[in-house]
Amino acid sequence: MAQLVKGETGDWEIVIGMEVHAQVIANSKLFSGASTQFGAEPNSQVSIVDAAMPGMLPVPNEFVVEQAVKTGLGLNSKINKTSVFARKNYFYADLPQGYQISQFEHPIVGEGTIEIDLPDGSTKEIGITRLHLEQDAGKSVHDQHPTKSFVDLNRSGCALMEIVSEPDIRDPEEAVAYLSKIRMILRYLETCDGNMDEGSMRADVNISVRRPGEGLGTRAEIKNVNSLKAVQQAIDFEVSRQIDIIEDGGEVVQETRLWDPAKNETRSMRSKEEAHDYRYFPDPDLLPLHVPQEQIDRIRDALPELPDQKKHRFMADFGLSLYDASVLIAERERANYFETAANGNDAKLTANWVINELLGALNKDEHKAISDSPVSAESIGELTALISDNTISGKIAKDVFAEMYKSGKAPGVIVEEKGLKQVTDTGAIEAIIDEVIAENQGQVEAYRGGKDKLFGFFVGQVMKKSQGKANPGAVNKLLKDKL
Amino acid sequence: MSEIDLATAKKIANLSRLKMDDAELDTRAASLTGIIKWVEQLQEVDTDNIEPLANVVNTELVLRKDEVTDGGYADKVLKNAPEETQDFFVVPKVVE
Repeated sequence: MAQLVKGETGDWEIVIGMEVHAQVIANSKLFSGASTQFGAEPNSQVSIVDAAMPGMLPVPNEFVVEQAVKTGLGLNSKINKTSVFARKNYFYADLPQGYQISQFEHPIVGEGTIEIDLPDGSTKEIGITRLHLEQDAGKSVHDQHPTKSFVDLNRSGCALMEIVSEPDIRDPEEAVAYLSKIRMILRYLETCDGNMDEGSMRADVNISVRRPGEGLGTRAEIKNVNSLKAVQQAIDFEVSRQIDIIEDGGEVVQETRLWDPAKNETRSMRSKEEAHDYRYFPDPDLLPLHVPQEQIDRIRDALPELPDQKKHRFMADFGLSLYDASVLIAERERANYFETAANGNDAKLTANWVINELLGALNKDEHKAISDSPVSAESIGELTALISDNTISGKIAKDVFAEMYKSGKAPGVIVEEKGLKQVTDTGAIEAIIDEVIAENQGQVEAYRGGKDKLFGFFVGQVMKKSQGKANPGAVNKLLKDKL
Repeated sequence: MSEIDLATAKKIANLSRLKMDDAELDTRAASLTGIIKWVEQLQEVDTDNIEPLANVVNTELVLRKDEVTDGGYADKVLKNAPEETQDFFVVPKVVE
């Protein structure tokens, strides 16, 4: 449930809309044949189109168009068969054209909806307003010289998708869940790597507050919110700033603000005040973009299974809880790993082992990715099979798992080598029980005299003698009979 | 808004990074007003059932394959730069 914020004068509701900029995975730029590879030498991946030399003509990249359509379909959104590139005019040192080629009135993707997963195990639908294609700007470096900025145009002209949400988000947790889900969908689709550290996915957050049930308040647009943690912190800060202003009798100003992660605050970007007048007009260098229905159908048919489809399938087919399913689908690799491991096995048990043991161990091991796991999916499957058919107990399985993680050996081999097979042979267990009874006559008397609590002591002794290998169910039953 | 006044002309000039004195702005305001009035006149034509025309030769937008075919000449790109260092353009500081 969306949280209300308590102010001095009553409750406030937060209203959030997000704009996500996602760099499109492609070899070359949106309108030129220069490379998009990250981390190259300054200005080495710049064509004269990207440098905005006079007389150059932009030619759109067909694969980028395809990626945008694919993403639109993945966001359950309407694909517009005709879209129009427009010029967004503003001056900045890293924008050599003096305008950004973007889409304004006619974006390539229209309205849609995605489902987000909240920490309390519930889900919520968030509306997508649009997705449009646009050029990225170059990069300015400000810390190399006291009075100068250095400009690298390698990023200039790389294709971005701007994904705009409806103002349906109501608290920081939902905002984080929304951004996580967008990133997950983009990664499943392989249309953006979602790497926020390298800036290939960036978010602007539009925030306003209002009394519950009232109309929308004045919003501030927060830029530079470049991690999931920053989303949470920037919203917390901005919401209390706005509530303080209104409760002190003031008014929130509609403006662009910058999130400063070092100071933990947002501050006004005054220079952006006038720049908001972008004077969009259709780019005369580019004809309208047409995407034929056959192409849309072809892309739709080739879509991979998306995170939410996978989540619902895991719940329906494997009987997993929403929480377990959500954890498993968070990464495509993780979901594949689970499916391989669960193949032919108890799926719920396998899910527990993947989530609790394997992910736990990987996390402790320098936050390793599942693709670097020393334990293969097949081995986890074999381990759960050994538990299911009572070859080993759940407790022993933890020791086997630790050994598997260390040595990479298959669980069957470890069980064999260390002689960890569970003892289910009643004769063998009875022999151990007889020994325990013989060694602990005092306790036996006390138990028979009514000290029921001692039962646990006997179970413990038997398990200890069997080195944990006795089947706990059989031990319980046989002990009861003998005592 | 069929009339471009001096203040609007000033704002447009500023957004376009054009430096003009008031006398020139006056002249520009008048000619911009003329252009807008002419467009307003065009808008009187009934175009309700007519598709917008993006060009007059009935051609489609040409797309290219996603291949790296360009770049790798920082020297050329930087040739007109008033100032450069280590293959960066150097400009007056533009940080907030």
